[in-house]
Amino acid sequence: MDEFVKSRIKQVRKGDQNAFGEIVELYKDKVFQLCFRMLGNSHEAEDISQEAFIRAYINIERYNIDRKFSTWLYRIATNLCIDRIRKKKPDYYLDAEVAGTEGLTLYSQIPASQLAPDEEVSKIELQEIIQNEILKLPEKYRAVIVLKYIEELPLLEISKILDLPIGTVKTRIHRGREALRKQLRHI
Amino acid sequence: MHEYLDGEILPEHKNILTVHLKSCADCRQHFQELEKSIALVKSISHVQAPADFTQKVLMNLPKEKKKVSVKRWFSRHPVLTAASIFSIFMAASLLSHWSGDDFSVTKNPDLVIENNTAIVPEGETVTGDIVVKNGDIRIDGKVDGSVTVINGEIVNGESYMASAGQVKGDIVEINEAFEWLWYQMKHIFESTMNMLTGKE
Repeated sequence: MDEFVKSRIKQVRKGDQNAFGEIVELYKDKVFQLCFRMLGNSHEAEDISQEAFIRAYINIERYNIDRKFSTWLYRIATNLCIDRIRKKKPDYYLDAEVAGTEGLTLYSQIPASQLAPDEEVSKIELQEIIQNEILKLPEKYRAVIVLKYIEELPLLEISKILDLPIGTVKTRIHRGREALRKQLRHI
Repeated sequence: MHEYLDGEILPEHKNILTVHLKSCADCRQHFQELEKSIALVKSISHVQAPADFTQKVLMNLPKEKKKVSVKRWFSRHPVLTAASIFSIFMAASLLSHWSGDDFSVTKNPDLVIENNTAIVPEGETVTGDIVVKNGDIRIDGKVDGSVTVINGEIVNGESYMASAGQVKGDIVEINEAFEWLWYQMKHIFESTMNMLTGKE
């Protein structure tokens, strides 16, 4: 497959957009999924993944053909997602303590009915809950968790995508896992 | 625990972990919760990009260089490519005839040549078609056939008005490269047709 991608990229560098179309076909689901899990809605996910492919096309000269193409592509997509998350950050946080209370956060004000243990949760609802819990993670943990457990990438590749030392990636995965554990243990 | 979950635990650490988890309920619960949350995250079904995704990307790309699309077109239509290359060569070779500017005339014993002008003398009847290239023709007598003048004109002198009667066949004047090309093609086509139908 690497050879196929390489030959397509050489075509793209000559300006062949159809060859680029084949590359988009190959990676669109993975990139879309990454964006969807990072952003939590399909509109934005489509926007950002479109943007990621267009940037890849425009900057194709800067891609080092001896490296893995998907790593480079994921990197563009992840960076775009993180930028988007930072831009749309709300000015309040669910984690922030509610003024005048002790240890109470906005989480505790969300009705807990959907999490009632005796209620049967349908599969779709469950998926929504999990997605929401992922979205509650700060973006630096969210990125590693999505790359590791949804895209199922090895640590080394994640460290290349995020341009972080492996140690940092591990620490973030550990913290992300702990956060998810706290959020998901009652399901 | 995290070493284990990262899949990088050393065998001796793994032993310590298993032994400890057996005896410590708190850690066991913690560990199970971690495993459960990972399983839950992994369980969310895989989403797919919308159907028209690739098309949309391609539509929004900066315009592709013309050269490439032409090249691709050629590589996709080899027969048409061959045909168009052929026709380019054809046109080139036909035009090269055109560009030659030597005076020439169909050989005929009854024709008189004078300063790049072919003359059909008065009282004479030339039988057969006449082609004059890069020169003029003056028809004082009669022609039993067609007259074609390329890059020149028919000078009829005083009896200009009667010219129609003097030439039995067609009179054609060709002065443009394109017309020349057209004439050649028509000519080739006609002779091919004649060959096919066995007329000649």
